Amino acid sequence: MRWFSTVGWRHGVAVVALLFSLFPIVFVVSAALNPLGTLSSTTVVPRGASFGNFSRLLTDTPFPHWFLNSVFIAGVSAAASVFLSALAAYAFSRLRFRGRRPGLLALLLIQMFPQFLAIVAIFLMFSTITELWPPIGFNRSWGLILLYLGGALGVNTWLMKGFFDTVPRELDESATMDGASHAQTFFRILLPLVAPILAVSGMLAFIGTINEFLIANVFLTDTGAKTLPVGMYGLVAGERNSNFGMFCAGTLLTAVPTVLVFQVLQRAIVTGLTAGAVKG
Amino acid sequence: MTAVLERETAPAVAPRGPRRGGARGRLLTVLLLGPVAAIALWAAFPLLEQGHWIALGVLAAATAGLFYLYLSPRHVPAKYLVPGTLFLLVFQLFPVLYTASTAFTNFSDGHRGDKRDAVVAIQTASVTRVPGSAEYVLTVATTGDPATGPLSFLVTDPATGRVSAGTAGGLRTLPPGEATVNAAGRVTAAAGYTVLTGGQAAARGREITGLVVPTAGGAIRSQGLTRAYEGRAGRAYDEGCDCIREAATGRTWTADDSRGAFIAADGDRLAQGWRVGVGLANFTRLITDPAVSGPFARTLIWNLIFALASTGGTFVLGLGCALALHSSRMRGRGLYRTLLVLPYAMPSFAMLLVWRDMFNTDFGLINNLFGLDVDWFGGAASARIAVILVQLWLGYPYMFLVATGALQAIPAELSEASKLDGATPWQSLRRVTLPLLLVALTPLLISSFAFNFNNFNAIYLTTDGAPFAADNPANGATDLLITYTYRLAFGGSGAQYGFAAAVSVFIFVIVAVISVVSFRRTRRQEEVYS
Repeated sequence: MRWFSTVGWRHGVAVVALLFSLFPIVFVVSAALNPLGTLSSTTVVPRGASFGNFSRLLTDTPFPHWFLNSVFIAGVSAAASVFLSALAAYAFSRLRFRGRRPGLLALLLIQMFPQFLAIVAIFLMFSTITELWPPIGFNRSWGLILLYLGGALGVNTWLMKGFFDTVPRELDESATMDGASHAQTFFRILLPLVAPILAVSGMLAFIGTINEFLIANVFLTDTGAKTLPVGMYGLVAGERNSNFGMFCAGTLLTAVPTVLVFQVLQRAIVTGLTAGAVKG
Repeated sequence: MTAVLERETAPAVAPRGPRRGGARGRLLTVLLLGPVAAIALWAAFPLLEQGHWIALGVLAAATAGLFYLYLSPRHVPAKYLVPGTLFLLVFQLFPVLYTASTAFTNFSDGHRGDKRDAVVAIQTASVTRVPGSAEYVLTVATTGDPATGPLSFLVTDPATGRVSAGTAGGLRTLPPGEATVNAAGRVTAAAGYTVLTGGQAAARGREITGLVVPTAGGAIRSQGLTRAYEGRAGRAYDEGCDCIREAATGRTWTADDSRGAFIAADGDRLAQGWRVGVGLANFTRLITDPAVSGPFARTLIWNLIFALASTGGTFVLGLGCALALHSSRMRGRGLYRTLLVLPYAMPSFAMLLVWRDMFNTDFGLINNLFGLDVDWFGGAASARIAVILVQLWLGYPYMFLVATGALQAIPAELSEASKLDGATPWQSLRRVTLPLLLVALTPLLISSFAFNFNNFNAIYLTTDGAPFAADNPANGATDLLITYTYRLAFGGSGAQYGFAAAVSVFIFVIVAVISVVSFRRTRRQEEVYS
């Protein structure tokens, strides 16, 4: 009885939470393995198993294209946006200049206006860009990446600035005394120390981009240029019941890059999330 | 750390002021500015070709500014802020301002272009075939991808054998030799065009029927996939009365420049209008038009509830799990933790679609598993419960992670001390742990609220706003402002960009108020910590 009041109930809570967390995922796994591959035939416990859905997905649909597009777009824009916001966070955290406060506030405000609210304006703008510079226009990864970078400053600058503030200023002051330029201080001293928050921001940006549906849906209309959300949405938009197995197989494959990133960065992510949170 | 140690052990050097990175830094700067110059040059050519002088000027000024900034030793903060700010200005601020200005216009289907476009559209739409009009041999071609590229009509005049290419922009005669014509008069190949095969053309039949090529006296339309005719416009613009006159009946529609439409004496108004500023009309409509303001107010309230319930629910659930696992005496914590955060690693767009199917009435997992027969997305209450449940599932692992981290940051001595003072675990949680946690997590809760307030995917990919009342198909029970806006702008019943932009501005004001309040809080915190 005493065991239950100290430890046992904890296992109870954890098991209930696990059931809640896992049953949709088990359902997806079961549907992905289900040889029939339809929604109506899928149950939580798989009846029979085959990789038919996976092979159909990889050979009959442009899924591999979508996958590569998504990983490329999300990877490049996550890396670039982390870099851009780290630069800005450095300025906001370490340098004092006129307009610093208003700048921070403006950043927060603009960021609060979700980019896709302006989707009509973005569409019209990129119609012109596509005419003038096709390589960064509609149906090109680079155009979408540039567009996503518009939100780079807002996304994580605040989180990073909070973390930068916790790194003792004496470190970079002493580097400056030793004759390091501000660029050397930033790249050699500060960046290595804030690696956890870079990891967190990078992963958040990666997850956010890989799930972005609305803008990509307007932007990418060529089958081969689509990203995973756009392509897979099309997969179940019309033939919802019969493509369900393939869709779930695709879901599992889509999770792979995220899980990998997450596993590699797990320790840094937990520290980063907390420290960033504490220092807001 | 190494920097500190080196400094302490290194022989004393005369302290120097901050200097530039020396020769290597210089070289690096120049190496980085090279690509900037190359990109600017690449971007300049199309502008030069098409004569966009203002844009060219902006580009030149921006490039020169960048060179000045990074080659001069001054303006250090700007060096770090400019790269991100450039993207922010071009791809975020500009569209936002453009949207805000759209909110004061009547921009919508039928009010897209200027007055001249409207006149052309009205004239071409009224084209009818008159007996004895010219008939052409038609070939459908495109300048892009056969399935999606812009369509062109290649028409051969059987009398003269001349080939012309027509689009919605007009007709131009192709120079002889650019097009190959077979014996039947059909174009088989043309420079710069891809001729569609029969199947490809058939697949785009509706677009082909809809394509009207304006000509001097009327317009060319297709008749089937192989023939086209030139018809006469039944309605024409008359400059004298600034009106549209119908030739057959003599009826007129006079231009009203404040409403951007042609309106007849009896109030009948032509569908094709043009874009004009309408002042605050969109905003007053939002507040005063009962057909709009009622559903809008309901949507706003539900939107607030949704954001609060999603944020609060995930927080409570995440914190509960974190507290349960926060005990050194418990085994398997690592395994639990890894499994608990799995939903966070799954792609949310796909899982939203999976949840949509799990709530399916007939063969959905939820009904099957619990032996229910609920039409989840059919009733307002059940649909709302369903979408919040989905948000809980998607969001609580993140809160769990964050709360776990924050708990570990709170010194164990604090709760031990309160235990010694005779506090029950519940009291120590309420009075000691929770206040400390909230200080740490409030900023995250606020940003989570802001995110959920505009959580487009959560609604669009699950219920898509359903269920809808019979008398209002534009605004469903689970619609958030953002999905409502999207439907206004891109929905099936005609795009209302101006009105949608007004709603966007409204959303922005709400979220801005929330964030300014949160900014005040973080300012106070920053003063504490730095």
